[in-house]
Amino acid sequence: MGNGTPLGRVRGLGASHHGTGHWLQQRLTALGNVLLVTWFVVSLLRLPLGDHAALMQWASKPMVAFALILLVVSVFWHLRLGLQVLIEDYVHGEATRLLSIVLLNFYAFGGAAYGIFAIVRIALAPAALGPGGM
Amino acid sequence: MAGKEPSGRPLSPHLQVYKWGPHMAVSIFHRVSGDGLAIVGALMFLGWLGAIAAGPEAYAAFVACVWHDPAGGSVHQVTNILGKIVLVGLTWAFFQHLFSGLRHFVLDTGAGYELKANKLWSTVVIVGAILATAATWLYIAKEALNG
Repeated sequence: MGNGTPLGRVRGLGASHHGTGHWLQQRLTALGNVLLVTWFVVSLLRLPLGDHAALMQWASKPMVAFALILLVVSVFWHLRLGLQVLIEDYVHGEATRLLSIVLLNFYAFGGAAYGIFAIVRIALAPAALGPGGM
Repeated sequence: MAGKEPSGRPLSPHLQVYKWGPHMAVSIFHRVSGDGLAIVGALMFLGWLGAIAAGPEAYAAFVACVWHDPAGGSVHQVTNILGKIVLVGLTWAFFQHLFSGLRHFVLDTGAGYELKANKLWSTVVIVGAILATAATWLYIAKEALNG
């Protein structure tokens, strides 16, 4: 980066035309994942996973639901960046590559929306809110 | 590359011409474990969350499919074994990608590229991920036996 015209050097976008944005986002979401996924895995090992009522009670706690939503955002953002690189490396035809990127975006955004919606349903379920409801 | 279909240029990464060693292995394992988590792990996670949200019956059906079916259906006997294999694989992928990712944070600072240091930490990542996976499943097995 920066070996081209003076204007190109000012823009700092390099040959890929998007600079270091992808790289930086991958690192930032990776840091989020280290904290959030480690918390999640430890939680899974401590929870009675066969007990639906206990899981509802756990996941509907405001801090847990909040952390789960953060986890979904961080994980799906990160996996979108990672799978994008996989596609760019292995899918070589112009049209199939574009189609793969479109499907990846459907998967990443659709999956994140599904996950967040499920967490909201759990957190706002009548059983989780106790007597009297909302 | 604009508008060109596959050319005669080499395709990356060239797995078939690399000589296998810890540094090369840790690199390709990072990709394999990451993509496994991104597809299989994320879908299992969404299935689990969706089943909890859908209610006790849906969750019981999810557990019967992946882990253990109290009714003991023959299809579930097969899916229970597959479920555990997938979960062990995801556990390994989690630790491999986590440890390898932490190694990448160190490499990002410009450290750890010397041949010996690079080989050492690549080996530590691979061995560490296997040990952590084994320890996790020993813990799960112990918990299951103690009720």
